[in-house]
Amino acid sequence: MAVTFIKAPANARRGEIIEIRTTIGHDMETGFRPGDDGRTLPRNIIKLFTCHYNDVLVFSAELFPAVAANPYIAFHTRATESGTLLFTWEGDNNFRHSEKINLQVT
Amino acid sequence: MRPQAFHSTRRQFLVTGTGLAASVMVRPADATTEELSAALRTYAAGAPVQAGRVKLDIAPLIDNGNSVPITIQVDSPMSQVEHVTSIVVFNEKNPQRDVVKFTLGPRAGLATVSTRIRLATTQKLVAVARMSDGSYWSDTVEVIVSIAACLENPI
Amino acid sequence: MIRRIYRYCQAIFTTALCIYLGVAQAQSESRRSGFDFMRSATQAMQRDDSQNPGMLWVRQGEQLWNQSAGSQNKSCASCHGTANTSMKGIAIRYPVFDERLKRPINLAQKINQCREHYQHTTPWLLDSQSLLALETYIAFQARGLPIAPTRDIRLQPHLDRGKELYEQRLGQLNLSCAQCHDQNAGRQLGGNPIPQAHPTGYPIYRLEWQTVGSLQRRLRNCMTGVRAQPYALGAQELVELELYLAERARGMTLETPAVRP
Repeated sequence: MAVTFIKAPANARRGEIIEIRTTIGHDMETGFRPGDDGRTLPRNIIKLFTCHYNDVLVFSAELFPAVAANPYIAFHTRATESGTLLFTWEGDNNFRHSEKINLQVT
Repeated sequence: MRPQAFHSTRRQFLVTGTGLAASVMVRPADATTEELSAALRTYAAGAPVQAGRVKLDIAPLIDNGNSVPITIQVDSPMSQVEHVTSIVVFNEKNPQRDVVKFTLGPRAGLATVSTRIRLATTQKLVAVARMSDGSYWSDTVEVIVSIAACLENPI
Repeated sequence: MIRRIYRYCQAIFTTALCIYLGVAQAQSESRRSGFDFMRSATQAMQRDDSQNPGMLWVRQGEQLWNQSAGSQNKSCASCHGTANTSMKGIAIRYPVFDERLKRPINLAQKINQCREHYQHTTPWLLDSQSLLALETYIAFQARGLPIAPTRDIRLQPHLDRGKELYEQRLGQLNLSCAQCHDQNAGRQLGGNPIPQAHPTGYPIYRLEWQTVGSLQRRLRNCMTGVRAQPYALGAQELVELELYLAERARGMTLETPAVRP
């Protein structure tokens, strides 16, 4: 179970552009670093982040080893209707994590 | 992995650093700059990549290449007919050119994204935006890195 | 005439007092947190909780605070209730004198004492993720408060020893903490300015580590940096150094979780 820190408003006016900030705990092992034994540590990163708003994909990011550990992604979306924002992170070694938050739109 | 040269005098130590500073295996400048041009060409599928409309915000001097905050803002109405479809960031001298690829659309409202990246050494960064009309716009920034990412093991 | 002399004396005394207070004020304000030595992008990362990677450990610590453990199935909350009240002024008092061990211990060691003696479960390894997370969560409850180690006469010999360790030259480079952090603070070393070494934000998210770590980890890094064999994690010498550093930083504000290069 990964740890996340998400900042997003709980309420918004219809049509308002809201900012969402997400952080997830993950080493993002690049695949370029040597381990203590001198051999290169294998790559182990989050490769994809998605945001679905009431099941519609509104934003995604493809991450590479150049993204810093404990990846931080901030983006915007228009508050169209009340509902659920679903965030998913997928990566190497079958890594998968998701978080849901509710958004009330008036 | 080449071990750090251990400096025997205190003065040398103070001048050149803690021994953990960048001794990065940087490939010849031509090879990586050529790779950067190739990455841009591939992404733009041969279309011209024009400078402008994109702002890549990054501090010119940073504390540590392991975690460098960046923000990319693209000037676009983000309407159904005119919007940014994707924003890509490429680097010049990391072990690999790609950094991150964001996919947007009219639902975004604002074409502003932020993240934190790793930089192996002082180098150029390029942010390219693909618009709904098929045009490509970019911004290029030179960043100075004193403590590098990617190839060192922290203690 | 007498009144005039009296007024002159009054003026001189007031001026002297102002100068003294001004100097005293300036001297106490000459202490700077490591925060002040960072570039603005890193400072911005620390200031905003939604951007501070250390908050992930606060989050995890919160989960651990409420997690039952041991034969009695007790969590921290079982005895201590809600952390934001019970732990409010706690982290700033450490290291403290431990009754059982008859020596100073830091907050991480105290957490392990609780695990062993009250939760009846195995202590965590020092610098393990769980221990760091719980320590960060507890210290976070004291964020904004002034560092105030307990004034305990039993700590005095340890404090003296900590000061000795701080001033002792070590390693192949034959440098003491004092030489860099007292005499050369603010000057450049390896691309970054040397800070004054005040433990104002531990456990910290260190960009170099790409994770949260303890003050002892940082001290061991420094010792390796001067090419000395570092004391083992949890060594009494390191706790004594922590004690001296806390006393030296008395009154400075706790920033946990701090972000540092």
